[in-house]
Formats: sequence, C-alpha cells, structure tokens
Amino acid sequence: MDRVNTKVLAVLIALAALLWIVPHSGSFVVLLATRAMAFAILAMSTDLLLGFTGLPSLGQAAYFGVGAYLTAVLATKMQFGLGWDFWIVVVLGFLIGAALAAVFGLFAIRATGVYFLMITLALGQCVWGLAYRWNSLTGGDNGINMTSRPNFGIDLSNETNFFYLVFGFFAASMLAMYVLVRSPFGRSLTGIREREVRMQILGYNTWLHKYIVFVIAGGFGGLAGVLWAQTNGHVSPETVVLTTSVDALLMVVLGGAGTLVGGAVGAAIVFGLREYLSTIVPWWQYALGGVYVLAILYLPDGLMSIPARIRQVRSGAGAKRAVVAPEKMASKIS
Amino acid sequence: MTIRKIAGSMLVGGALLFGLGVAASAQTEELRIGFLAPRTGIYTAIGTDMLNGFQMYLDEHNGMLGGAKVKLIVEDDQGKPDVDVAKAKKLILQDKVHMLAGALLASSAYALGPVSTELKTLYIGTASTADDLAQRQVDKYPYTVFSVWVPSQPNHPLGQWACDQGYKKVVAIAADYAFGYEQTGGFQQTFEDCGGKVIQKIWVPLGTKDFGPYLPTMKGDADAIFTLMVGPMSLQFPKQLRASGNKKPIVAGGTSYDEFILPFMGDEVIGDVSALMYSAGLDTPKNQEFVKKYRAKYGKVPSYYSEGDYSAAQWIDEVMAKHKGKFPGPTEFIKTMASIKLDAVRGPVQLDLATRSPIQNIYIKKVEKKEMFGYGKPELWNTVIKTYPNVSQFWTYDKAKFLAQPVYSRDFPPCKFCE
Repeated sequence: MDRVNTKVLAVLIALAALLWIVPHSGSFVVLLATRAMAFAILAMSTDLLLGFTGLPSLGQAAYFGVGAYLTAVLATKMQFGLGWDFWIVVVLGFLIGAALAAVFGLFAIRATGVYFLMITLALGQCVWGLAYRWNSLTGGDNGINMTSRPNFGIDLSNETNFFYLVFGFFAASMLAMYVLVRSPFGRSLTGIREREVRMQILGYNTWLHKYIVFVIAGGFGGLAGVLWAQTNGHVSPETVVLTTSVDALLMVVLGGAGTLVGGAVGAAIVFGLREYLSTIVPWWQYALGGVYVLAILYLPDGLMSIPARIRQVRSGAGAKRAVVAPEKMASKIS
Repeated sequence: MTIRKIAGSMLVGGALLFGLGVAASAQTEELRIGFLAPRTGIYTAIGTDMLNGFQMYLDEHNGMLGGAKVKLIVEDDQGKPDVDVAKAKKLILQDKVHMLAGALLASSAYALGPVSTELKTLYIGTASTADDLAQRQVDKYPYTVFSVWVPSQPNHPLGQWACDQGYKKVVAIAADYAFGYEQTGGFQQTFEDCGGKVIQKIWVPLGTKDFGPYLPTMKGDADAIFTLMVGPMSLQFPKQLRASGNKKPIVAGGTSYDEFILPFMGDEVIGDVSALMYSAGLDTPKNQEFVKKYRAKYGKVPSYYSEGDYSAAQWIDEVMAKHKGKFPGPTEFIKTMASIKLDAVRGPVQLDLATRSPIQNIYIKKVEKKEMFGYGKPELWNTVIKTYPNVSQFWTYDKAKFLAQPVYSRDFPPCKFCE
C-alpha cells in the first residue's frame, strides 16, 4: 500500500511539473506537449486492453479516427462545436468511439492473442477505407480542414490555453482509467489476463468483462480523437491509418504495459524523438529505433520497470540472483 | 595584476563595441525561410530533389535573395500532414520564419493552408498543391500561394491535344486518390468537350505494383489510354501493359513520365505522351544551362520538383529585390509576386492574383531516345512536341462557370459513356 502511495505521489509531482514547466518553455515545446498528451490518451486506452486485459489491439486508430472526423465534420458542415457546444462534441466523441467499439467488440472479443490482433487490425482498416473513400463526408485523401479552434470565453486558438485544456483532459482520463483498473472490475480484468479459464470457473462472465473494457477503451480513443483534430486543425485518412494504431501499441510497450503511465511516457518519448529530435539532427530515426531495441532487450517490461529494477539491484541483487537462477533452470528442465 | 585586469576588461569592452559596430553597419536584412520536405520515409528522394533545386539557386547567389541574407531552415515533414502542422508551427513560432515553402503531398497543402491563415504567414507551395485550394476554397487561405502548378492544369491542354490527334474513345486508368481524380478530371473535361469519349475509368489503389488484375478488364475498342501513376507505379504500368500485348498509344498525366522516374524506365515507354509545365528535355538555352549545372552538381537530371523549387527561389529573389531586401509582409509579397513576369527555366510564368496560382506554358511531351545537350550517349528524354502558352488553371473556360461545377473527384466528371 505504501509503495502504491509513493507511485501516485510521483505521478502527481510529474504532472504538476509538466503543468508548470511546459508553459514557460518555448512555443514549440507547448505544441509538442499538447500533441503528446492528446496521443497519450489513445496510448493509455490501448494499455487498458493490452496491459490490463491482455488484448493486443491494432485497431485503436479507428476510434481515434471517428472522434476526429466527428469533430471536423460537425465543425465544418454544421458550425457545431465552435463555442460552448465544444463540450457536447467532447461527449459525443467519447460516445461515438464507444459506440463503434460496441459494434466492433461483437466481432473482436471472440478472438484472443494473435487472432484478436488480426481482427482489430482488419476492422481498423475498414474505418480507414471509409475515410479514404467516402468523399462527400470525409473529403477523401485531402481530408477536412477546420478553420479555427473553439472559443468559449477562453480562446483555444491560443496554444497555451489549448495546452491547459488538453492537460485537463489528459489528467482526467488518466485518473478515470486509474480508478477503473483499481476497481473490482479492473481486478477481474487482470484475472482474465492472467488466466481466463480460472475466472470463468469462478463464475465471471469473462466475455462481458472484456466487452465492457473494449467499449470503454473505444470511448477514450474517441475522446483522444476529438482533441487530436483540434490540435492539428486538420483531419485526413493519415489520422486513421494503421501506423497510428501501431504507434499507440509501441508507446505502451515502450513505457510499460499494465502501468497506464507507461503509455504517456512512451508517447512523450516517441513524440520527443520523432518531432523534437528531428528538428535538430537528421538521424533521429536511428535514435528511435535504438530506443525500441534497447528497451525490448534490457527492459522488456518497459521504462516504468526501471524503479523496480533499481530496487532489485539495491536489495542485494547477488543473493537474489542466486535464488532465482536455480528456479529458472528448474522451469527450463521441466 | 591590476594592469592586466584593466587591459583585459578593455579588451572585452573593445570586442563588445566592435561587435556592436559590425551589427549596426551590417544593413543586410535576414530572410528566414522555413522549408518543409520529406527527409525520411518513402518520399525522401523527391524531397531531396526539391531541396536540391532550392539550394542550387541559393548557392548560385551566395545565399542571398534580393539583397537579404537567407537563413534556410529545413524541416522533415515525413510526408505526414499532421507533422507538417507541428513543424510549420515550430518554424513560425520558434524560429520566427518570414515564410514557409515546400511540402510535397496534396494532403500537406491542405494541412498547411489553415496554419498559414491562422498565423498570418506566407506559404509558397512548391510541389504540394490541390485543385480546390486554388479554386473554391481560395478565399479561406489568403497567404497561401502555389508557385508551380495546380493538379488539373496540365491536363486540360492534354485532353484537347488528344482530341486533336483524332482519338475518339479513351480508357482511363489512374491512381485512386485525390491527385489522380483531379488529373483525370482535367483530361476528361476537355477531351469530352471536344467530342471525345472516356469509355471506362479504372481506379487502381495507390502503390499498386501488379497491374495483372486490371489490364484484362480494359476495354478493347479504345483508341488510346489515359493514365496517371505516381512513383513506382509509373515504372510498372507501361512495362506490364506492353508485356500484355497492348500497343495502344498512351497519353498520361505528368507524373507518369517525369524525370524523377524516366531514367529508370525501359525502351518500352518510347513514344508515350504526357503533359507537364516542365521537361528536362525542353530545348532552350536557359534549360540546357540549368540541366547541365544541376546534373554536374547532383549527378542526375533535374525533375519538375527540382525546377519548381529552383524557380520558386528565383521568384522570392525577384520579389525581395523589388522591396530592397526587406520582407514586406505576406499580402504585399504576394501582390509583388503577381506583378512580376518571371523568366523561369521552364518558360514565362505569371501569378494569377485572384487564385494565387501560376499561368504558364504547358508542354505536351513525347518520350524519345536520343542524345541531348551533348551528353554523348542516347538516353530517354521528354521531347516537347507542342507548347500551349499562358495556360491558366481554368484553361479556356469561363472562371465563374468553371467554379460553379464541383471539384474533380472520383465521380466528377461523371463517366457518361461508360457502360
């Protein structure tokens, strides 16, 4: 319990630092932090599935995309969501993501492991195809341009104001997801991840549990999409493309699956390398690739496992290793 | 000790004073240009062509444009529209650039338009372009200029030319995305207005390398084939079409045979016709000089990307010269741009102020294998066989009437003669 409190405290301090430092940095840093946080919500929603339920989804971009397209279509075709009604769009974005996930979940939840990966990938590509082809609604390959950000007394076209807004959503989403995974429902998800059959024997309707978390993750994906559309002022099929899903998944793995914060850390690192480092050096891709490889090789549980590693080393790693080694050998032999 | 200290402080002070003096006496203004181009990803090579063109002009003029010292800040947009937005804002807000230039894809142009409007910054699209941004949506983006072309522009004359050759029926096969629709639409419009018929339209997914499934479905009673491919698709299509025994004449959108891919093509493309505002085989002294210098410097024939960015730099140079090396602000800059008759490598170019798009020669080109510019060996060149001078994006149509119809898309113009 004590350890949990320190962790929460550390996250709170990090968030406060973010809130204090970023607005005092350059305007590009503000912009990057905004982008990373909007995307981090998507990454954390992916973590709900991958880290806490054991469902590797390659289709999160679909919910992200419908949220983004909803925002853009409402803003350009109906002039809706440019004032106070932006908050309605936020709710609608969450709901449309959840609704789409509710439909897709009916197909996807039957499968597990690689099959789940494949089916979410296929469903995600359906949404991409729709965005690409439905010219009259989505503008096809050209996408949709939004003219300005909402203004409800607070003008969001100011990058710093917008940063605070996205920060608010980011922190609130993290809190909501944290509460979710700490709840009895969240515990049962972990149970499903560890051993689904056992949970079934215990009387849990595992299908329903997985379905519900799938829908919730879709909702957060939709929310992230709304923010993403406003961040860029432009939505195109590139938003829904497979790489977006892959990015979200990689960020989670990089940061540490099953930690929530890991997704955010992963997003910060990927955006930092891809968009900040690339303004400084041309070889940023090698840095990004290197980070991936090193993390997989030496930190398979992601960057968030570093504190645990350090603790392990400190508390007499030598002795521990000696204990661990025979166990491992035993398991290998058996 | 004290003497040394005094001497030291005097030295520092002197250096400071000297530095101030230099700063004050140096009257040259700095012109900061933010250049966006794909530097990683599948479009890297095209981005290099763009950058080389721009850089070559700068190098020829000692890094000065119109009396201003240029600070060129290149950013990698990775060919992704959302990265364009982030990098453009970085360039404007952090680096305080006077203008943005470059970007490749149409989707980049769509993403950059709103940024230029929101932050009131000039954006010169040197490769990225889209019909509607210079047509029905032009008033939304008052600081965006397309200095090189608009997608459907070369194909209006091409449709007319094909009709003049006596082709009556044409099958169109093109890449399935906005740029493909706009190019095909331009061709179809003028070809059918002249009495021709597009009897079939086949849309192939972007990136298709095996045209096997599409070739047999092409109608046999056509007189010619219209095609629009990009990148590796351009290489594969004519090869596979000819291998399948189809010998019909090809008229194509410019990217199917531009100099970016022509050197990698085989002899089967000899005789194929395409339209664009530039050809490396353009036989003018100015172009000959450009091709030779470019080839000597970068080891390859310049593509329209290279020429487009070279000429964009030239245009900036002339505008800045008129304002004595001081950046006049985006609106005034565009006005001055329109007042200049640019004597570009590709021919005379003028900016239509109302649509901020160029009026220029469109060349109908035929691939030929020959020796050119004294390069002692036969190579494939796009020989200009007809020049349509001063072509605007509206061709001969009445502007208001043209704009009353929807933008060219998958379904427009409708395929009236398809069964």
